[in-house]
Amino acid sequence: MSGTLPGPLAEIVNDFIEVPENERLELLLEFSEELPALPERFTQHPELLEQVVECQTPLFLALELADTEAREVSLFFSAPPEAPTTRGFASVLAQGLDGLPAAEVLRVPDDMPNQLGLTRALTPLRMRGMTSMLGRIKRQIRERLPEAAA
Amino acid sequence: MSLPTEANTQFAEYAHPERLVSTAWLAENLGAEGLVVVESNEDILLYNTGHIPGAVKIDWHTDLNDEYTRDYVDGAAFAALMAAKGISRESTVVIYGDKSNWWAAYAMWVFTLFGHEDVRLLNGGRDKWIAEGRELTRDKVSPAPAQYPVIERDDTVIRAFLPEVLAHLGQPMIDVRSTEEYTGERTHMANYPEEGTLRGGHIPGAASVPWSRSAAEDGTFRSRAELEALYLDEAGLKAGDDIVTYCRIGERSSHTWFVLAHLLGLEKVRNYDGSWTEWGNAVRVPIVKGIEPGVAPVGRGA
Repeated sequence: MSGTLPGPLAEIVNDFIEVPENERLELLLEFSEELPALPERFTQHPELLEQVVECQTPLFLALELADTEAREVSLFFSAPPEAPTTRGFASVLAQGLDGLPAAEVLRVPDDMPNQLGLTRALTPLRMRGMTSMLGRIKRQIRERLPEAAA
Repeated sequence: MSLPTEANTQFAEYAHPERLVSTAWLAENLGAEGLVVVESNEDILLYNTGHIPGAVKIDWHTDLNDEYTRDYVDGAAFAALMAAKGISRESTVVIYGDKSNWWAAYAMWVFTLFGHEDVRLLNGGRDKWIAEGRELTRDKVSPAPAQYPVIERDDTVIRAFLPEVLAHLGQPMIDVRSTEEYTGERTHMANYPEEGTLRGGHIPGAASVPWSRSAAEDGTFRSRAELEALYLDEAGLKAGDDIVTYCRIGERSSHTWFVLAHLLGLEKVRNYDGSWTEWGNAVRVPIVKGIEPGVAPVGRGA
């Protein structure tokens, strides 16, 4: 399955499954600490962010598409520091998908979060939170690029 | 070896003051012989971002639940967990956590199923400790392995199963979920939409007392007088009652179990950990919608 993932995301998935199961949470914590702060254009305009209500703690995301032929995707996330799991997921998606052509993001399998090898450590509810983040990213792309969804 | 009960005028009002410690007491007693501090959170990465010095982590999902039986671990697995965390049968265990101690209370309840004698909650939990600017560390904690006996879990005293709750219909029950969950307006709690059930509503006859009403803004427990007004005057509980608490999966109702059993000293309080996740989906089990507690259908009670 990981063969269908875009390069950066495939690398992250490999990083996760190559470390022993009990160290994967540490890796997720490292990702949570690497989540970039929101740029000012979003902190000033929170209405531009969409809440992913499926997450257990407040998580907001925004997406921009480049004005190019490939319509490269830029991702922005906001989640509080007391929600490190949610932040970790957001950071995995940010680092794995940011800057990729929209069509490549749409090809990411919907169940990609399950490939991280965390399904035993985390509750199904958490995993659904990450799946929902990915789902909303793809939906936003489809809404803005009807031709890509066809 | 058990540590002395904290001398604290607020706690002294409670029925079992030995079940609580304040952040100040814990700060003074960190490192005391016989004390083990346990952090138990909803967000399982939170401990790793910084914890009370020396505290060990217990994860309700992977440490306390059996992976295959939808049940808690057995005596052997619990003994192994305790030994690994440096907890002996005589240890004083102080548990704290995020979200006003939901998961801390839940862990305490599971410790109680195994009859661990001295287990206490940190009043106000993780948030209060942080709000007071007290020390957190990321240091790895490697407790010296302890000896813990294999104890058979006793589910008869503080735990209720679905058939027992069916037989209990018509007797005191407290639904601790949000009002919207109680009325059936929503089948899940706010911000947890994916954990829904087929039906929304509550168990017939259950009184609605959302767990949060027992906690102050800073996550500490309300005074004994405030708790009596809430549960005795308003919800109608009284000494000698046989009481069942429930929520969605049993963690918020552990918090209320703690309040009723340890702060108010009601003698018979059982937590129905199957809670709405089980009841709301079970076949041929009655529910009530709306704000009224309602009554059990004829022939469905004990």
